[in-house]
Amino acid sequence: MALAFDEYGRPFIILKEQDQKTRLRGIEAQKANIAAGKAVARILRTSIGPKGMDKILQSPDGDVTITNDGATILEQMDVDNQIAKLMVELSRSQDYEIGDGTTGVVVMAGALLEQAERLLERGIHPIRIAEGYEMASRIAVEHLEHISQKFDFGTTNIEPLVQTCMTTLSSKIVNRCKRHLAEISVKAVLSVADLERKDVNLDMIKVEGKVGGKLEDTELIYGITVDKDMSHPQMPKQIEDAKIAILTCPFEPPKPKTKHKVEIDTVEKFQTLRLQEQKYFDDMVQKCKDVGATLVICQWGFDDEANHLLMHRNLPAVRWVGGVELELIAIATGGRIVPRFQELTPEKLGRAGVVREKSFGTTKDKMLYIEHCANSRAVTIFIRGGNKMMIEETKRSIHDALCVARNLIRNNSIVYGGGSAEISCSIAVEAAADKYPGVEQYAIRAFADALDSVPMALAENSGLQPIETLSAVKSQQIKENNPHYGIDCNDVGTNDMRQQDVFETLIGKQQQILLATQVVKMILKIDDVISPSDY
Amino acid sequence: MAIEKIFKDDASEEKGERARMASFVGAIAITDLVKTTLGPKGMDKILQSTGRGHGVTVTNDGATILKSLHIDNPAAKVLIDISKVQDDEVGDGTTSVVVLAGELLREAEKLVATKIHPMTIISGYRMAAECARNALLQRVVDNKENAEKFMSDLMKIAMTTLSSKILSQDKVHFAQLAVDAVMRLKGSTNLEAIQIIKKPGGSLRDSFLDEGFILDKKIGLGQPKRIENAKILVANTAMDTDKVKIYGARVRVDSMSKVAEIEGAEKEKMREKVQKIIAHGINCFVNRQLIYNFPEELFADAGILAIEHADFDGIERLALVTGGEIASTFDNPESVKLGHCKLIEEIMIGEDKLIHFSGVEMGQACTIVLRGSSHHVLDEAERSLHDALCVLSQTVNDTRVLLGGGWPEMVMAKEVDELARKTPGKKSHAIEAFSRALVAIPTIIADNAGLDSADLVTQLRAAHHKEGCNAGIDVISGSVGDMAELGISESFKVKQAVLLSATEAAEMILRVDEIITCAPRKREDRM
Repeated sequence: MALAFDEYGRPFIILKEQDQKTRLRGIEAQKANIAAGKAVARILRTSIGPKGMDKILQSPDGDVTITNDGATILEQMDVDNQIAKLMVELSRSQDYEIGDGTTGVVVMAGALLEQAERLLERGIHPIRIAEGYEMASRIAVEHLEHISQKFDFGTTNIEPLVQTCMTTLSSKIVNRCKRHLAEISVKAVLSVADLERKDVNLDMIKVEGKVGGKLEDTELIYGITVDKDMSHPQMPKQIEDAKIAILTCPFEPPKPKTKHKVEIDTVEKFQTLRLQEQKYFDDMVQKCKDVGATLVICQWGFDDEANHLLMHRNLPAVRWVGGVELELIAIATGGRIVPRFQELTPEKLGRAGVVREKSFGTTKDKMLYIEHCANSRAVTIFIRGGNKMMIEETKRSIHDALCVARNLIRNNSIVYGGGSAEISCSIAVEAAADKYPGVEQYAIRAFADALDSVPMALAENSGLQPIETLSAVKSQQIKENNPHYGIDCNDVGTNDMRQQDVFETLIGKQQQILLATQVVKMILKIDDVISPSDY
Repeated sequence: MAIEKIFKDDASEEKGERARMASFVGAIAITDLVKTTLGPKGMDKILQSTGRGHGVTVTNDGATILKSLHIDNPAAKVLIDISKVQDDEVGDGTTSVVVLAGELLREAEKLVATKIHPMTIISGYRMAAECARNALLQRVVDNKENAEKFMSDLMKIAMTTLSSKILSQDKVHFAQLAVDAVMRLKGSTNLEAIQIIKKPGGSLRDSFLDEGFILDKKIGLGQPKRIENAKILVANTAMDTDKVKIYGARVRVDSMSKVAEIEGAEKEKMREKVQKIIAHGINCFVNRQLIYNFPEELFADAGILAIEHADFDGIERLALVTGGEIASTFDNPESVKLGHCKLIEEIMIGEDKLIHFSGVEMGQACTIVLRGSSHHVLDEAERSLHDALCVLSQTVNDTRVLLGGGWPEMVMAKEVDELARKTPGKKSHAIEAFSRALVAIPTIIADNAGLDSADLVTQLRAAHHKEGCNAGIDVISGSVGDMAELGISESFKVKQAVLLSATEAAEMILRVDEIITCAPRKREDRM
């Protein structure tokens, strides 16, 4: 413990209440941290690849999540250890940035830590290891750029995009109908993409799920679905060429925000107030009608009387629509959100080809479909599936696929998957290592070994002999100087990933290597852990 | 170096074989729990709630049983979830889906023990499920064109569904009830329009379907008890004090006389409102909200029947039945659509008085009155009838029909077996296992009926070896019988949903190799 002596040889205490704290320092601290990081990586290792397994996560409230998505597993794992939390962060940042490869990045970091442990044992200083890793990661990223390929796609030729999304989906439970879902994702992304600016706003794609039916029934709706029904049971269930008034003011008597009181002290006042109230309702409805709206969508509730007046004037209405949905509806239909009845004008109305109510199953579940909108750039992916967990998992998978498609539109470079990119990088890093003088050489070599761990895990999960397969593929790559050989997870018979059409995005891979290296560097630099001991 | 602890204190983690075992054990336990309820001779369960009063439910409905269980095992939760979805989606087959998923896992457990990778099993199961579905598709009967035959199909389906429930003694009676009720819906699946009123007393056989509409309310005092050619206004409006809705308004007076004046004004307002309502030319007024004594008296004076506090569904149904619209303002009587019916009268069922609307215009809704000796019987009867109604309404939309009594399972098993023989590789074992899981269902049906399942099922399999055979288990006579002759049918949609969701659930559980349980949230003791 931190015990120091002053110039007279008297001991004094540096840390406050130090007897209540545990402290690890030096090599011990590094080893403990590495062990924690490895433990997290080990959990995810079996989830990687098309034959990776799922995890059941039970939340503190007893809810069950079944997933294969690295970021979700880590987020719900509720870890306590600080270093483990860093790994969770790592996966999350990959999720935010790229959306896919969240498992791979953690496995990669785990492998780097494992290699670092060995180097530490040989007495190499952690900072030197970190520097070596940094150099190696630069080599790997450059090499990736080198082996990457551009591919062409357009609105008519979506096949390459679909293939890439299929690679992402194949490791999920939805791989039964990956083709279908991949097509949906690509079409969704393309319809909201701005191909000139190479940008995709994923907020325009809404992913909705409803339990029931089967996965194959999942559909792409060129429009919006709202989980609401018409406010009055006798309103029409289908509206053609709807003109939609989007309101954020309630169909209720006014509630001025300033504090006020209306005092009633005579009968006349009572009467006028009553008449005023009636007129108020009437005006509200009339205003909507006057601007030519044929459907009212409101963020708030309706008073019974207003509701009936709407019904009476043959003006269908939907109430309690959430803010986000309201915005989406506004974007999709080209309407404006109107905060006051006075500001309603015909130009502010949104337009949609068809609005219809659809019911599901035997319960009273109803959804509102708003289709053929004026601005068809907002789309909805509507997922059906056997149970709640399935839907949730499908949502996550679709999210990954959407992100991949978006990344491709931003940057159409790809590398081949199936571990081929990692193996190729490993070869390149290994070759480059010899050129560096000094201790870093060892670290660079270790980095190359760590890169092998991803294809190794892939092979392991697919039930292949990991070491044998990896060495065979590696030698094949070197012999034929072809970076497209990877692990044949699905037993197709060839390990040329170009023939198998397994690709991943270049940025995804680069980001994985960079993020993993960064975190490992950070962990390696820690040499002192002070934490309150158990209380 | 010891492995660093990375989870919180109470969290647990189970890996690999142990995790798989935990989920298998959980799923199979759930299956064993519900499997004795399967089939026409399945047994019921008593469920006692831990809530106040320790209410007792006696049921045979898989979804109801599973819903009431408190389960900690995650795999078991998956099964409960699929059963619930089955209930929401098609309404019947809630037990079958759990049993099939459980049997699939039981078979998978054996395969895993012989070192076959779960992923291989999954891909085998998938192929098998696809093949089984195609086998069913080839053999469906669709009598959409032939109305008469279709009706008899519906009848058969209803009887098959009901035969495993408490209503089996009077299944013909109830099947007729259910079919009539569903046909009135004219293709919509909105079962809300069918009202089920439960009145203890009498016997199950006394239950009946009423063409009109029955409202569980009393007629106000001094108002007519019987109205012919009624014009009904269905409303949702405040008939108590009709407050001023403008926010912040309040009454402030400085003398007693003012209070009286305002009170008078209020009364006047109410009177006006009532006058307006009466001006619609109605003789019956049904309101969703309360009607206070004062307006009620006014209505009585005008000879109008006023019914207060009908619940929301009741109002909606009434509007559907009588063809009126639900009104909340009464300023323009000429444009409000009124509801019509031939006769409103007060009737007695058991010892309760109810209001009966007959000779209604639209007739899309109807009421089923269930009678029975106790609440438990009535509850179970309602659930059974609900199952039958769900299945029928789904069948009306998807008219494809299959035979029942284990016939579909045997057909599927046969096709799947053939696929197994054609498939090389380890998958073949999984496909075989799928077929064994399918055969388990007729086996359980036979076992539950106290029959020699080993003998019966092998006989059945032999019978199915011939092309186009209709053999299934005839539980009543305890032998293999011709299902077409016995008139046992099932809806294709239900069978398909059972097959697909069971496979999906089994797949989901098989894919798991690790269970991480978070520390349970600490609850404050409220005791």
